[in-house]
Amino acid sequence: MKPQNYSERRGRWIPIMLVAPLVAFIGVTFIAPLGSMLKESVYDAEVANTLPGTVALLTQTWDRESLPSEEIYRKLASELIERSTEDRSVIGKVANRVNRLVPGTRSVWGKTARKLKNIEASDFRATLIDIDDRWEELELWHGIRQAGQKFSSRNYLHALDLEVSDEGNVVRVEEEKRAYVTLYLRTFYVAVTVTILCLLLGYPIANAIANASPTVSKILLILVLIPFWTSLLARTSSWIVLLQGQGVINDILVAIGWVQDDQRLSLMYNMFGTLVAMTQILLPFMVLPIYSVLNSMPPSYMRAAASLGANPIQAFTRVYWPQSLPGVYAGSLLVFILALGYYITPALVGGTKGQLISNMIAYHINNNNWGLGAAISMIVLVSVMLLYLLFDRWIGINKLKLS
Amino acid sequence: MDWVANIDTRIKTQEKENNMNNKLFKTSASTHLWSVLSFTSLLTIFPLAAEESITVVSWGGAYERACKEGYFDSFEEATGIKINIADFNGGLAQVRAQVESGNIQWDVVDIESQDGIIGCDEGLFEPLDEIELPDGPDGSSASDDFLEGSISECAIGTVTWSTVVAYNATTYKTDPPSTVKDFFDIEKYPGRRGMRRTPEVNLEFALIADGVPIEEIYETLSTEEGVDRAFAKLDTIKDSLLMWEAGAQPPQLLADKEVVMTTAYNGRIFNAQTVEEQPFVIIWDGQVRDFAQFVIPLGAPNMENAIKFVQHAALSSSQAGVANRISYGPVRLSAWELVGKHIPTAIDMRPHMPTHPDNSKTVLTNNPAWWAENKDNLFERFSAWLSN
Repeated sequence: MKPQNYSERRGRWIPIMLVAPLVAFIGVTFIAPLGSMLKESVYDAEVANTLPGTVALLTQTWDRESLPSEEIYRKLASELIERSTEDRSVIGKVANRVNRLVPGTRSVWGKTARKLKNIEASDFRATLIDIDDRWEELELWHGIRQAGQKFSSRNYLHALDLEVSDEGNVVRVEEEKRAYVTLYLRTFYVAVTVTILCLLLGYPIANAIANASPTVSKILLILVLIPFWTSLLARTSSWIVLLQGQGVINDILVAIGWVQDDQRLSLMYNMFGTLVAMTQILLPFMVLPIYSVLNSMPPSYMRAAASLGANPIQAFTRVYWPQSLPGVYAGSLLVFILALGYYITPALVGGTKGQLISNMIAYHINNNNWGLGAAISMIVLVSVMLLYLLFDRWIGINKLKLS
Repeated sequence: MDWVANIDTRIKTQEKENNMNNKLFKTSASTHLWSVLSFTSLLTIFPLAAEESITVVSWGGAYERACKEGYFDSFEEATGIKINIADFNGGLAQVRAQVESGNIQWDVVDIESQDGIIGCDEGLFEPLDEIELPDGPDGSSASDDFLEGSISECAIGTVTWSTVVAYNATTYKTDPPSTVKDFFDIEKYPGRRGMRRTPEVNLEFALIADGVPIEEIYETLSTEEGVDRAFAKLDTIKDSLLMWEAGAQPPQLLADKEVVMTTAYNGRIFNAQTVEEQPFVIIWDGQVRDFAQFVIPLGAPNMENAIKFVQHAALSSSQAGVANRISYGPVRLSAWELVGKHIPTAIDMRPHMPTHPDNSKTVLTNNPAWWAENKDNLFERFSAWLSN
C-alpha cells in the first residue's frame, strides 16, 4: 500500500470519530451487560476462590460415596479459619451458593467458622461433625464440590426444570418442583394472544386516525396517546376498579338486570383480566406504527383499485392490507417483545396464575442469585432471537417499518 | 469477577477520599456497568446539607409517619442531627449494590428479620452486637428487656408485627370464623381467600390449620413430608385463592368484598379499622409474629451518628412512641407500660397489639434463620404449585 497523505487519513478518521460515541454507547449499554449476563449464567468462582484447596481435594481424591478423608476436613477447617479472619463476608457468600444446591445448610458455615477459632483440634472430622452434624451428610460435600466448579451449566438445567441424577443423566425434576417450563410457555402464550388482540383492535383505530379529517384525527391520536403517557400502575389499578366483583362493569350489569347480584362475573384474577389489561396497556405500540404507515399511503391507490373494478373487500385485501404490512409487522414485534417482559400487571390482575417468567427473574436478582436470573433471561432472549430469525426467513426483516 | 473487584477496590479508595469532603453524587465505571440497581441512583439528588445529617430508610406510609412522629423528630431535637428519610420496599438488593460498589448512601435501614440474618452473613452490615443499648426506664438492662429474637448480630429490633387472618364483619352475620382452621375450612366458610404470593407464613398457617402444634411447625417443615403436608393443606383451598403482592391490597380486597377472608399485616388492618372506620375483624389465633430491625450498611458514611440514632430508637419511649400511633408492638418489655391511647383517635392501643396477652394465646414467632436457609427452594415449589 502506498502511503496516504494527511488529508486522506484525516478524512478516514472523521466518520469513525463521529460514530465512536454511538459505538461506545452501544458497547456500554448493550453489549457489555449482555456479555456479563452470559458470563454470570455459566461462571461463578466464589467458592473455588474461597476454598481452593478443599475444592481441589474434593475433585481429585474424594470417592464421592463415603465421607471425605481427614485431610479434606482439615483443609476445609484451615481455609475456613483463614478466610473468615480476612473477611467474614466471603464465608456468607460461600454459604449462599452451597445452600442453593443443598437447601438447609446455610447456617452451618457461619457457625463452624465462629466455633473453629476457639478450638484446638487434632481430629478435624470429629470436631466439625461435633460442631454441626450436617458435616456428616454426603449431600453437603457434593454441594461444595459442585459449587466449586467455576464453569457449569447448572443454572441452565435449573432454569429448564432439569437436574443431573445420581447416575449422571440429565432428567426432569420431580413434578411438584417444575416451576419454570410452564412459565415460559404461559409467558409466550400471553404475549402471542395480546399481540393478536392488539392487532385486531389497533388496526381499525389506526385506519380511522389515518383516514379521518385532520381535526378528528388529532383528537383520536390524543385519545390513543393520553393513556400511553399514564403510569402503568395507575392504568392497572383502573382495570382493577373496572373489572373486580364489585367493580364498575359488574355494577352496571347488575343494575340493568343482565347479571344476578349473587352471580357477578369473574372478570379478573384470571387469564381474562390479564389479557384485557395488557392489551389496553400495549395498544398504542400497535396503533402508532400502523398509523404512520397508513398515513403515508396515498389515497389514490384505493381509488385506482376501485376504478379498476375491485369491490371494497378486494381493494382492501389486495391493495390496502399488503401495503400496511410493514406497520403491522413492526407493531406486532413491539407489542410481542414488550409483553414478554411484563410482570406487574399480570401479578396484580392475574390471580393464582398471574405469574410470568419475569417474576422469577426479578425474584432471583433480588435474592442475589444473578446466575439463575441470567440463565432464565438468556433462555428468553435466545427464544426471541429464534423467533426473530424465523420472521426474517419467512417475511424479511427489511419489510419492517417502525415509523 | 476478579478484575471487576480490582476496579472496585481502586474506586473505593478514591471514593472514600472524596466522600469525606462532599456528598455529591458520583458514578464509577463499575457501578455503571455492573450494578443495574445503582443505575437508578443516577436520579437521586442529594441534599447539600451543611449541618450534620443521616439517611434513614423506612417503608413509607402510615408506619413511616408513626416512626417519624414517634422518635425521628425527638432525635433531631435532642442531637441537632437532621434525618433524611428515604423509602424502600424491603429486600437486600439495594444495600448489596451500595456496599459492593462502595458507594454507600444509606446510614440506617429498617429491615425484615430474615434479611437481617442473610445480610449479616454476607457481610453487608456493620456488626452491632458490641454497641451499648440504653436501659429501660425501670432500670432493666437491654439484654433482659428486649424480646427474645429481636436482636441479632447485626440488627436491633424496632417493632414487632404480625401476619394475621382478617375478615369483614358484614360478611358473616352469625358464627364468624375465629381460627386459622376456619380460614382453611372451605365447606363451612365458602368464598375466595386472599393470601400473599410467597411461601412464607402461608406454609406455617397451613400446618397450624392441619393441627401441627405451634412449637413443632419449623421442625415439621424441615422434613420433606412436612412440606408435602403443608402443600396438601394449601391444595384444599387452592381453587378459592387470590394472591396479593403488597400490604395495601388486603384491606382493599376486604373493603371491596373481593375476598371473604385474607391474610394481612395487622397494622394495615388496624389502620383500616380506625382511620377508615372499616368493620374489619382480626383473627389473632395462630398469628405469625415477626420483628422489624435496624441495620447499618457496612461502611455507612455517617457511622457515628447512625449508631446514635439506633441507640435512640432502642429507647423504650421511642418504641412506645410508634406503638401509640400504629399497632406495631414494642420489642422491649419495659415499653409496654408506656403504651396507652392511640394519638389520633384516643382509643386504647393495647388490645390491638400483637403482644397483648389476649392476642397471644396461640402465636408463632417467625423463624428467620430457617427461612434464610429454605426460602429459595420453597419459593420455587410455591410458584410451581400455583402454576400447575
